[in-house]
Amino acid sequence: MDRGHRLSRGAGWVGWILIAAVPLAFLAVFFAWPAAALILRGFHDGASWSLDGFTAVFSSSRTWKAVGFTLASATASTALCLALGVPGAYLLYRTNFRGRSALRALVTVPFVLPTVVVGVAFGALLREDGLLGWAGLGGTPTAIIAAMVFFNYSVVVRTVGTMWSRLDPRLAQAGATLGASALRVLRTVTVPTLTPAIVSAASLVFLFSSSSYGIVMVLGQNRYRTIETEIWFLTTQLLDLRGAAALSITQLVIVTAALWLSGRAQARMTRALRLQPDVADARRLDIRRDGFPLAVTAVVAVVLIGLPVGNLLWRSLHRDGALSVVNYVQLATTSTMGSDLWSATRTSLVTAAAATVLAVLLGVLVALIASRRPRGRSGRGALTALESVFLLPLGVSAVTVGFGYLITLNRPPLDLRSSIVLIPIAQAVVALPLVVRTLLPVLRAIDPRQLQASATLGAGPWRTLLRVELPHLGRGLGLATGFAFATSLGEFGATSFLARPDNPTLPVVIFRLFGRPGAETYGMALAASVLLAGLAAITMAAAERMRPQEVATW
Amino acid sequence: MKPLSTAVIAGALIALSACGTPAQEQTGNPGAPSESETLTVVTHDAFTLPDELKEKFAEESGYKVTYVAPGDSGTLVNQLVLTKDAPLGDVVYGIDNTFASRASDEGVLVDYESPALPGNAQQFAADQLTPIDFGDVCINADKAWFEERKLDVPTTLDDLTDPEYKDLLVLTNPASSSPGLAFLLATIGAKGEDGYLDYWKALQDNGAKIDSDWTEAYYTDFSGADGDGPRPLVLSYATSPAYTVDGESSTTEALLGTCFRQIEYAGILKGAANEIGARKFIDFMLSPEVQSAIPENLYMYPAVIDTELPEDWARFAPLASSPIEVPAEEIGANRDRWIQEWTEAIG
Repeated sequence: MDRGHRLSRGAGWVGWILIAAVPLAFLAVFFAWPAAALILRGFHDGASWSLDGFTAVFSSSRTWKAVGFTLASATASTALCLALGVPGAYLLYRTNFRGRSALRALVTVPFVLPTVVVGVAFGALLREDGLLGWAGLGGTPTAIIAAMVFFNYSVVVRTVGTMWSRLDPRLAQAGATLGASALRVLRTVTVPTLTPAIVSAASLVFLFSSSSYGIVMVLGQNRYRTIETEIWFLTTQLLDLRGAAALSITQLVIVTAALWLSGRAQARMTRALRLQPDVADARRLDIRRDGFPLAVTAVVAVVLIGLPVGNLLWRSLHRDGALSVVNYVQLATTSTMGSDLWSATRTSLVTAAAATVLAVLLGVLVALIASRRPRGRSGRGALTALESVFLLPLGVSAVTVGFGYLITLNRPPLDLRSSIVLIPIAQAVVALPLVVRTLLPVLRAIDPRQLQASATLGAGPWRTLLRVELPHLGRGLGLATGFAFATSLGEFGATSFLARPDNPTLPVVIFRLFGRPGAETYGMALAASVLLAGLAAITMAAAERMRPQEVATW
Repeated sequence: MKPLSTAVIAGALIALSACGTPAQEQTGNPGAPSESETLTVVTHDAFTLPDELKEKFAEESGYKVTYVAPGDSGTLVNQLVLTKDAPLGDVVYGIDNTFASRASDEGVLVDYESPALPGNAQQFAADQLTPIDFGDVCINADKAWFEERKLDVPTTLDDLTDPEYKDLLVLTNPASSSPGLAFLLATIGAKGEDGYLDYWKALQDNGAKIDSDWTEAYYTDFSGADGDGPRPLVLSYATSPAYTVDGESSTTEALLGTCFRQIEYAGILKGAANEIGARKFIDFMLSPEVQSAIPENLYMYPAVIDTELPEDWARFAPLASSPIEVPAEEIGANRDRWIQEWTEAIG
């Protein structure tokens, strides 16, 4: 290698490091610093350092129960999401049938529903006299895990499905031609090539599940606690920062371990794939051939997602026991709780759009950097670490970060606590990991030979980036944007900490309406929930259609 | 011409002085209360006043008013404690008597006695805080359910542990819901420190369900509300029956022998950049317009107790004549321990 080339490569790396600095700085200011500041308060009482929090927390059997339940429920939820979601990804992305788009939209709806809505929807089905009351699931771990799967199923379906729809079918066809059974092709060809996307989805589901506070609070009925609910309890109710800090660190350890494991699995299994730009291979649904994924997905769609969502819709169309649209009419025409529906919807959309722009811009940078293929071990290690750092926000308690904001971003030049700007920023921190995790498998799957060919033909790294990698990225971008938008649209944890009552988002309006007695407010809360769910479904459907021009012709 | 120019000059001077005196300088002078052009009001997350009233206050006071609502009463107080050295705003509304003593003990507030507070509100007095409204947290019953089964509606706490009423009650968790905490205090007030956990165990043995928040209990499990749940007894508010009115009567009633009185306060935050504005806001919250808007908007009784109530309230939402009481100092000293003990024993 000549000197000039080496220099330009060196310059390339400096460029990448500069690019990495932008998202890293964002994460440092809006996530790491606030979280660390709050955790440190737990160890320093203003005069001296103390580790009493650890002793107190870890000598309590409550803590160990919470840690155990967190791990068990998140693992079960992840396993179930994969078991149900992979057949779903096949059905919704590899086969063609009427109503496929509607089904794709339906499975994303839960992703944005505020927990208070899920509590009302699930609670009504599971209570003693409910439709599923006979199963006796109310207040059991099964109900909690079912709700976690309800929320996260679409993460697996979409992340894996997007990848699957783009696999070169010839590989599988070759296998079949050589006499392999369908199952064997699936096991030896398809599943291994999908592994990076599966691992990616699994780590997201695990992080989401292990940090789900609302579901456990609402469906656990006090009997079941997770690290997250313990942190919430100690921080917001008792202001026991020492105990909360000890638990936050425990949570951090678990999350880091989970990320390390998934990173290793991915590194081992990532292989270059021949991705094709089109979904040409989506075959017509064949009941005999596709019977298994069809059955699994039908059960999920009808029982797990359809019943609670349908129940919500059905009840929103009732007032005083009679079928009626009065809830929607009132929602659209009256001004309640200091805001009307239209301005709340506008606030939600504007906030979510701002958060999405932030998250996608930063996420593209992170994904591009993390998908570099450095030769050295240390370089690879640094990239794996970088990727994991951007997933941490999913696994760290929203309460820790929210309270952290209060004590860090409280002075000029960054006195943002009562600023409306902080809401999209906080939502972007939550959405960023999703964006990174949906884009990375796509970038990693680019055949290195394609990049080498580009380089051989004289294209510099930036040109290769522009002509080869960005068009590929475009494919995942629709999904990433959709996820980011949906996350921000339904986000309530960070928003509730920073809420400005005169500018509520839809989830805040729903929360307020549900907090009041009376048939009118209850009906309007249900109608607003349906509206939010509808917005999410439309967004995801639109995001999937959103394909950059150059890709269509590429 | 002259009056106008005087007004312009005066206005400019006021604007200048407001801009030119940063908050730090003002706090350096302990004698004079601070003032600035903006006022930040920190409230609990259930705060809603009609826009007209908010606008009226902004107009009359001349401040640019911002409202921030970071959580429920407990979360709110904890956030104020945490941000003592750089307060979240100037004035707070929504601290209730279950958390009031933490706010005053932690030195989050400064003293203020509003001239707008009438003598008849003195019964609610608390350290450094001004009462704005109050309400009773009580068990509610679905009257029709009991009529159908020819069963008497229970009236006392002890009735709730009677096997006749097995599996009929739904409560909320004191560790995660504010009515839940109020009811925990009611049981402590009635059964004493030594007896309350046994009472809760008896409730549990009698099939009481404990939800994490009021919404779920009232709308999912309670039979008398729109959710059509299976249980006819729920922990709610004395005012709830005013929202289940069907023609000439309400379908639900509050059991007035089971109530704990919640009082909501406003206070001035220590280190406020606009202490004068904070005082004006508290006075405004006690003004007749706001006080008469409180029932319909905040679902509480006005602290100025001769304020006229909505017609439905007078008929269907009577207050308890003798709510169960626990002195504020006792709550302050023991609240966290009680919640902890409760979660260990029951939760």
